Amino acid sequence: MAVPVKRTFAVFVEDKPGVLNRVASLFRRRSYNIESLNVGATHEPGVSRMTIVCEADTDKARRIEANLYKMVNVLWVDDITHKQTIDRTLALIKVNCSSEQRDEILRICEVFRARAIDMSPDRITIEITGPRDKVDGLVSVLRPFGILELVQTGTVAMTRGVEKHDLAHPTVPASRNDAA
Amino acid sequence: MHPLEGRPVDVRPGAFFIGCAQLESRVESTTCSQPAAKELLVTPAHPKLENRIGQSLTGAQIIWESLVREGVEVCFGYPGGAIMPAYDAMIQYPIHHVLTRHEQGASHMADGYARASGQVGVCIATSGPGATNLVTGIATAMLDSIPMVCITGQVPSHLIGSDAFQETDITGCTIPVTKHNYLVTKPEQIAPTIREAFYIARSGRPGPVVVDITKDAQQQSCTFEWSDEEIVLPGYRPDYAPLSEQLEGALDLIKEAKRPILFSGHGIIKASATDTLMKFVEKTNIPVACTLLGLGGFPANHPRNLGMMGMHGETWVNKAIQEADLIIAAGMRFDDRVTGNLKTYAKNAKKIHIELDPAEINKNVWVEVPIVGDVGAVLRELTPRVEANERSEWLGHIDSLKGDSAVRDIKNLPDLGKLFAAHVIHDIYRFTEGKALVVTDVGQHQMWEAQYYKHDYARKLLTSGGLGTMGFALPAAIGAKFAEPNDSVWVICGDGGFQMTQAELSTCAQEGIKVNVAIINNGFLGMVRQWQQFFFGGRYVATPLLSPDFVMIAEAHGLTGIRVEQRSEVEEAVRTAEATEGTVVIDFRVEQEDAVYPMVPAGANLQDMIERPSPEQQHNPIFETGEDE
Repeated sequence: MAVPVKRTFAVFVEDKPGVLNRVASLFRRRSYNIESLNVGATHEPGVSRMTIVCEADTDKARRIEANLYKMVNVLWVDDITHKQTIDRTLALIKVNCSSEQRDEILRICEVFRARAIDMSPDRITIEITGPRDKVDGLVSVLRPFGILELVQTGTVAMTRGVEKHDLAHPTVPASRNDAA
Repeated sequence: MHPLEGRPVDVRPGAFFIGCAQLESRVESTTCSQPAAKELLVTPAHPKLENRIGQSLTGAQIIWESLVREGVEVCFGYPGGAIMPAYDAMIQYPIHHVLTRHEQGASHMADGYARASGQVGVCIATSGPGATNLVTGIATAMLDSIPMVCITGQVPSHLIGSDAFQETDITGCTIPVTKHNYLVTKPEQIAPTIREAFYIARSGRPGPVVVDITKDAQQQSCTFEWSDEEIVLPGYRPDYAPLSEQLEGALDLIKEAKRPILFSGHGIIKASATDTLMKFVEKTNIPVACTLLGLGGFPANHPRNLGMMGMHGETWVNKAIQEADLIIAAGMRFDDRVTGNLKTYAKNAKKIHIELDPAEINKNVWVEVPIVGDVGAVLRELTPRVEANERSEWLGHIDSLKGDSAVRDIKNLPDLGKLFAAHVIHDIYRFTEGKALVVTDVGQHQMWEAQYYKHDYARKLLTSGGLGTMGFALPAAIGAKFAEPNDSVWVICGDGGFQMTQAELSTCAQEGIKVNVAIINNGFLGMVRQWQQFFFGGRYVATPLLSPDFVMIAEAHGLTGIRVEQRSEVEEAVRTAEATEGTVVIDFRVEQEDAVYPMVPAGANLQDMIERPSPEQQHNPIFETGEDE
């Protein structure tokens, strides 16, 4: 049997009311568990881009793709799991921090390329952007100080290099025909 | 091969999207599943109708203008507050409206109309409870891929979200059970939305589309515009063409196969591919098994037709499937009722899956060669390139399988003066000469009908296959009668299902239409009782059913009622029903605890069928092994 792995889909959808609900409904109805989902505008007017992370084996991934394509408002689906990608999560972490601990926490931030963005006498708020595992790493290092609040976005992802999507005239990607 | 992959993608010829080449242009496509669709898109306004393009019309008028232009002649509905403006405008247009007794009836009627005619069925209801009552019918249409447009009223747009009187979020409710849906809040959106709705409903793999229109959009006016241009929806790809390597792969498998079998599904009927299939089968001599919804797609009396497969399929069909070395699945989707236990399903067979919907490929059963495309077009491509073959060895073997499993042959039912459902249905088949348009409900009678009414023609058996909706038969038959007024329409239903939508008898009376209703009345919710007998220790919980006197029910509606208790009375009752003007209800009082045989228990291996016990061996050990699912 194929092994389930964490999959990342870039999904281009029409920017219309209710589309997020339709996509979410598909995942719920077919029992595909979403790990994270992010939606935002693209450079094309009227086109939004979703980054959906979920666990699936090869067959399931293809069915997810096919079912997404069945939706009238879905323009283009790209399973970028095994492509060269840049993926980023943003987190804001508010931590207990006495004046004696400040230096240590700021040094930790440097290691993780995180930034302190707010400070009060007994706490500090840190912003970090990076791949999921880097964010998780910082969170685990900060946990002993006492995390007061943590908020994070879903992953956004993009392939490296140039891959042009003509969203005005989307067609099934050539790669699908080559697969045979 | 990526290190994280369990197996290499490329060595799998069944990999998912292999070659679902999307047609670049739908205009050039010759493989559209529904050729009628394009013609209808440019249907001019009705000849009786003044051309109102460019005039200022209310949204309510635009609804009907649009429906007329989509070729709608009849719609089924129930009025109410939020749809009243539309109803008020209806009388100006040449569309016949059928008032139902419940919105569920309206949606099943639109469904039955669509199944019988191949056209888009239309139903209409008000907001809130009117719309939610449609949902069962919409889900029924969705699971069986029936083209349907449902128009619902909605509270005025400024009240949306305020929990106004009779407000429900019907677009939200129906997302999982529609192909697509729309909320329309402006009159100028109505015409383009209805065009799109019809286009989506009938193209590709068909399905139901809901158009929810606010009351203020119906009341406001705007300039009516109608475009005949091709609809372009950037994210919608209904047409796929098979790739040549897929066809080559299929031809290779067919050439090698010694024991092939072809599955004829609902897709054959919907793609109007019955003649094409016949040519393919007559050349290759590959035996054909049908799914429940595929019955009639290949003539039941043709020597290559094996009959129905699956849970209540013929034993020899299921045995042949388990022994086959090649399955050609045409327009079907390997439902769990067809496959039984997937782990042991057709293990010896390579599989070719011809299917329009890419999401169905490799969903339940992994296939060697998927062919994504219109099943008629694919068979037309394959037929000239396959080799003619006598196949006498394999066909002879299937004949010998038939020999041992004639246990549930109709002749083996004792004619003790008792009435058996199988006899009733067999007799209806005989006396209607196999030409009736039969609409069945859900349960034991549905399976008996599938076994004993031999359908030689497509679109002459309508039944709720995927969703299994009790109460479907009577309203769907009314819809079918509007589509095929010259057909003899027979409803075959149980005493339970009939009572779910019995109120539609009064629709028959009001519309003055004739359907013949055969109630297979065994005083139980029969299929559930059968499962209780087989799998729940014979505890008949909540299945005994006290019904009203159906003869008096018919008479109370001004219709004809007949009661039949003996086999000798069946012929006369059927002939009387055929000869009587107006709807006739026949109450067939059948044996109460008869069961449908053979049966593959849910989730069991396809070859492990419970067969009708022979008189000397009443106990069948398989009864206790079935797992409930």
